[in-house]
Order: sequence, then structure tokens, then C-alpha cells
Amino acid sequence: MKKWLLLALTLLPSLALAEDTPTLDSGDTAWMMMSAALVLLMTPAGLALFYAGMTRSKNVLNTYAMVLSAFVVAFVAWIAAGYSVAFGTASSETLQMFMGGFGNMFLDGIKWNDLSGTYPTYVFVVFQGTFAAITVAIASGSVIERIKFSTWIVFVAIWTIVVYAPITHMVWGGAGAYLFDAGALDFAGGTVVHMNGGLAGLVLAFLVGKRTGYNKVAMKPMSVMLTALGAALLWFGWYGFNGGSAFGANSIAGLAYLTTTLATAVAAITWLVIEWMMFKKPTLLGAASGVVAGLVAITPAAGFVDVGGAMIIGAVGSAVAFFGVAVLKKKLGYDDSLDAFGIHFLAGLWGALATGIFALADQDLLWDGPLKESGDRMGQFMVQLESVLVVGVFTLVGTVIVYYIASALTGGGRVDEETESVGLDEGVHGERGLNI
Amino acid sequence: MKRIEAVIKPFKLEDVKDALAEIGITGMTVSEVKGYGRQKGHSELYRGAEYVVDFLPKIKMEMVVDDKDVDQVTATIVEAARTGKIGDGKIFVSEIEKIIRIRTGETDNEAI
Repeated sequence: MKKWLLLALTLLPSLALAEDTPTLDSGDTAWMMMSAALVLLMTPAGLALFYAGMTRSKNVLNTYAMVLSAFVVAFVAWIAAGYSVAFGTASSETLQMFMGGFGNMFLDGIKWNDLSGTYPTYVFVVFQGTFAAITVAIASGSVIERIKFSTWIVFVAIWTIVVYAPITHMVWGGAGAYLFDAGALDFAGGTVVHMNGGLAGLVLAFLVGKRTGYNKVAMKPMSVMLTALGAALLWFGWYGFNGGSAFGANSIAGLAYLTTTLATAVAAITWLVIEWMMFKKPTLLGAASGVVAGLVAITPAAGFVDVGGAMIIGAVGSAVAFFGVAVLKKKLGYDDSLDAFGIHFLAGLWGALATGIFALADQDLLWDGPLKESGDRMGQFMVQLESVLVVGVFTLVGTVIVYYIASALTGGGRVDEETESVGLDEGVHGERGLNI
Repeated sequence: MKRIEAVIKPFKLEDVKDALAEIGITGMTVSEVKGYGRQKGHSELYRGAEYVVDFLPKIKMEMVVDDKDVDQVTATIVEAARTGKIGDGKIFVSEIEKIIRIRTGETDNEAI
């Protein structure tokens, strides 16, 4: 009896302190660490397989290599300066609207035992770094089979710091950041990751040019099975992407789990149904594409909407992406080879706007913005629209500039005719995808 | 001595092989080939992009037989390989000048 009482008394002071400074919560920490690992899985496994499976056999390793190298290069760039620009605090108010400055380059000023809320800052850095990596990796899909590997690597390193990081700052950078202050709602990266990466892809597709023989020569996917496997791994990892964006092992993460699963399932069904009706054949590639479209669409809304919202967002997101891939692309004639624009940009755009339409007017869920402050849903929609436009323009201009720099530094961004014809696996890597 | 080349539907290979074994033919060379005649190809669909493939997979069997066995062998192949649908294939018979068995040096009819 006495021992128990003594223990209770010694714990009292820590209860008083707990209200003033956040302490490390092992549940939150474990969840955030796991989430970072899940999001990592999305890039060198999920996206890499998703993309490689759709590439012609002679270029399959190159596509995989572009995604894997995007991760490793972007992460180092993230530590070097990306994190600082995204989440640091700039020296002036004007600057802070758009970027966080260079005060935390190589994580200078951050100690291993610093906390971000209830878990280590280092874990936050890694988690956010995996987001940076997948964003730029998305763009690789638009320029497979023809962009120079060296140009791609240089592009990744610069783009992460100069385009991704400022956009991240504007939307998620905290007080003083332009779109954050305006009250834009982007739960896990509909604008920051998917619209951003998808649009960068389209820009690159225009700048690098179409593949030789595009629309004339058969360009068949090496293995739709690898693509489907990649989609499944992406879905698995996305629980970290959306679930981890609750920044704690809590009910909001639980909500994100539900909306993510439901929207994606509805999206996959939608794509299959549309394909069945339009082409009479429901394809596995279509199902996998529907899965990704749904995941993208629900990303900005995952912790803000409920069952009804999730289902509509998934269905419409899938339909919009289908339109982008099967109709828009043919009409406009661009070679966005793996539909980074068609799926990531368009479904992300829908998701970002739909967040304004379907976000629950719940004070505990909403971060900020007109809907939270005064129940002004139209106002919130306008803020979403503003965020979409600002991010769009910034990415467009930034990607053009970064590509030209990367291209100049590597003597041109496109492989020569012979390499493109023989295949980049042999021409660039000296490897063969399959030796049977 | 005659060479018999038969282009048949791939799934018919086992049936033809078994039927030939029953009449005493125990050696042949088989290759995987592509081709088309009057059978139309198939189409594949990838995210709305349709590819029409003209060539269909076929099996080509080649064997060399004694002149006196030609009719029986071709009749056996025809019966075993026929489905009645377009694309069943064709058999070509041509003259062989010389045969040599590598292991023993036997020639012509002794090497069949």
C-alpha cells in the first residue's frame, strides 16, 4: 500500500509539467517511424514496379533506376537544404511566406533528441523527406525511355530544393507561410505531392519531347503484373502517407485509414466499370490505375471527410483520371508516357477542390481556414482554388527553369537516337532486365 | 526420303506427338513460331490504347520420314491437329537429299 502511494506522489510533478511541454509519446513515435518506412516503400518498391511494369522491356531497368535514384538523391538534397527551405523559419516575414530559409541546412540547429510534438524531430525530417522523394519520382513516368539518366539525377537534386521545398513550405510551413495562413486544407499532399509531381511530369514531357515512333509503333508494357503488384505496394504504403499525416497514433489517423481504403476501392471499381462499358474489356492495368487514382484523389481529404465524401471523391477522381488518360491525352497529343499528369495531377486537382466541398465542418478535424472560422464553405473552396493555382504556376515555372539548368549541366536532356532505339537498359546501364 | 513440316495450333502439340508415337514416329524437331493466314489476329488494350496484333503463336513440327510412310504420317497429323476452326495450320512435304546420323555415321534410310 505504502509503495504504491509513494510512486503516485513521485509522479505528481511530471503531471504538472506535461501540460507545459510536450513529451515523447512512444505510441506516436512508433507510428510515425512506421509511417516513414511505409512511405519509403512506396517509392523504390511501389512506384518503381508500377512504372517499370508499364515500360517496354528494353527500358524497364532504366525506369526502375530513375525512381530508385529519385529517392536516394532527393533524400540527400532534403537533408542538405530541402528540409530547411520547407520547414525552417525564414529571416524575414516576406521570405517566410514562400520559404523557410537556409538556417537548418544539414539539420544544423536540430538535435537528435528534439521533439516535433510528441515524437522526435528527426523522425519528422525522415517522414517528410520520403514525401519529397516520391513527388519528384512521380515526374519520371512522363519522360521514360528518352530522358538522359544524368540529366534526371541533376534535375531531381535541384528540383527538390527549389520547387518541392518552397511549395511544401507555402502549404504546410506553419505560421507566416502563404497558403497555410490562408487556410488551405491539404491533409497529406494532394497539391504538394500529386498535383506538383504530375504537372512537373507534363512539363518535362513537353520539354524533352515525344518518344520516337510515338503513336505509330507499338509500345507495350513489359508486365502488367508488375504494375499491379506496384499498385498494391503503393496502397499498402499509402497508409503511412495518409495515416502518418495525422502525426500521431490517434483517431484522425483512424479516419484517414477508413477514407483511404474506401475511396480507393470505389475508384478501382469505377475505372473497371467505365472500361467495361467503353471498351468492352475490363483490364488489370485499368484496375491498378483506378487504385492509384483513388489514392491520389483522397490524399488531400483523408482526414477531413467521412464515408460519403470518401466514396464520391474516389469515384469522381477515378473518372477524371480515366478521362485524362484515355481521352485528353489522345486529343492533345502529348507523350506523358505513364500518365503522371493524367492520374496524379488531375486526380490530385479534383481531390484538392473536393476537400473544400466535402470537408466536415468539424472543429476538431479542420486545421484552419474559412470553413473552420465561420462555416464559410464557399470561402474554403475559394482558398482551395487559390492554393491549386499558386502551386500550379509555381511548379510550371520552376520545373521549366530547373530542367533547363539540368539539361545545360549535362549536355542536353535527351539520349541520342541510337540509344533510344537500342534501349536505355543496354545503352545507359549496360544491363538486361531479364536473362532467361 | 521426305521432310514433313507441319504448322499447327500450339495446344495441339501433345495430341499430334502422341498420335505420331502410336504409328512409330519417335523423332521430330519442334519450334515456336508466329504466323497468320486467314485467322485474324487479336487486340490488346492498355489504358485506352489499342494494339492489334496480326501474328499468332503457332508450333512448327519437322520430321523426316521414308517415302512409303508419308501418307500415313500426314493423315495422322491432320486428324490429330484439326479443330475445324480457321487457323488449324498447314503441312508441307518436300524432298530430302541426304541424311547423316552424327553419332554413328549412318546415312539416308538407315538414319531415319
